[in-house]
Amino acid sequence: MRHLMNPLDFTVEELDSLFDLANDIEHNMPRYAHACAGKKLATCFYEPSTRTRLSFEAAMLNLGGSVLGFADADSSSAAKGESVADTIRIISCYADICAMRHPKEGAPLVAAEKSRIPVINAGDGGHQHPTQTLTDMLTIRTLKGRLDHLTIGLCGDLKFGRTVHSLINALSRYEGMRFIFISPDELRIPDYITEMLKEKGIPYEEVIRLEDKMPQLDILYMTRVQKERFFNEEDYIRLKDFYILDKKKMKLAPADMLVLHPLPRVNEISVDVDDDPRAVYFQQAQYGVYVRMALILTLLNIHVG
Amino acid sequence: MLNIGKIEEGFVLDHIQAGMAMSIYHHLMLDKLDCTVAIIKNARSNKMDKKDIIKVECDISMLDLDVLGFIDHNITVNVIKNGEIVEKKELHLPRQIRNVIRCKNPRCITSIEQGLPHIFVLADKQKEVYRCKYCEEKFDKRTL
Repeated sequence: MRHLMNPLDFTVEELDSLFDLANDIEHNMPRYAHACAGKKLATCFYEPSTRTRLSFEAAMLNLGGSVLGFADADSSSAAKGESVADTIRIISCYADICAMRHPKEGAPLVAAEKSRIPVINAGDGGHQHPTQTLTDMLTIRTLKGRLDHLTIGLCGDLKFGRTVHSLINALSRYEGMRFIFISPDELRIPDYITEMLKEKGIPYEEVIRLEDKMPQLDILYMTRVQKERFFNEEDYIRLKDFYILDKKKMKLAPADMLVLHPLPRVNEISVDVDDDPRAVYFQQAQYGVYVRMALILTLLNIHVG
Repeated sequence: MLNIGKIEEGFVLDHIQAGMAMSIYHHLMLDKLDCTVAIIKNARSNKMDKKDIIKVECDISMLDLDVLGFIDHNITVNVIKNGEIVEKKELHLPRQIRNVIRCKNPRCITSIEQGLPHIFVLADKQKEVYRCKYCEEKFDKRTL
């Protein structure tokens, strides 16, 4: 039995198979409509996340399966003090696969150690969010046609942004990558990431101004400055509007550059960018459903002939 | 010169970095053992200038070499039987350590989950970096 805790749990070859399956699902949805008939997905969300939870639920419903679960810790037995280990032992009796989000880092791993069903980490604090990484990778691979030889600019909160850390780790396994980190000093990419890139000989730059680097980018990955990651509200208020992508900045970008964002957006991408064909963040959410469908099938070891 | 008598059976931990003896005493849980323990601080050393030494008279199986290897793998472990050194044990960085140190990340699941062991995994052998198994927070050895 396999779980997904970290995007690196899958080899590059396994990811290729997963993305091929996701692309097949995209083009042949009716073939997969009953693939999970009789199977149940438990969505155990100890903190609110409408987008990720609904994406998982949509994925399972698209596969003909059913969904049960809870949407915040207050409506679960955690409010009574039940441990994650005990909860997953019980959930294992009710469902065939579990997607778990938890504010504490490592909680899904605790669940996986005690579980009798596959567990998917749907986000654990500021640590990992592997299905977002798979979504980002599928979007890039599908719309750019490759995952190698790309210049990727990551902009905004690079310190606390777990999606950014996971994406860099995952993409650093491909050849010819170059990263440009665009952030204020306070939200710089952590040293352990730049050390890893140095060790692997992968080129990167750290800059403050987004405009200067726009012409060089194949992908611009925007992130939100997340209020929940700050201990101090003053710091949040001071930094949240540091980078705003608008039509004017988009004029500096190559014609085939793609703008990705893990969503939700607050104001870091102006709404007037939404109609630009290079703005693919809503398509990205759609790819999130396909990749979660592929992941559920893979972890349940279901093959559609 | 201060003289500490020979031990008949047990171990002598030599070449401990000066000042680290008490930390090792606690991490090896020597305070829980009902046996003779001698702690020598700031002993003169040709190799290290100053060093600490711990002598423990007990069954040698009671020593957790993994804990010792984690704290400082340069320590010399002399095994004593019948008052003589019969073996010098080599220490290695253990692949993982369990309940020796605690994860200090307030966002880690170990901070709230009942009965969950604090496990640290060797993430980088060259740099001697250990990370929490659950949240991957790096352990800073200076806090030992």
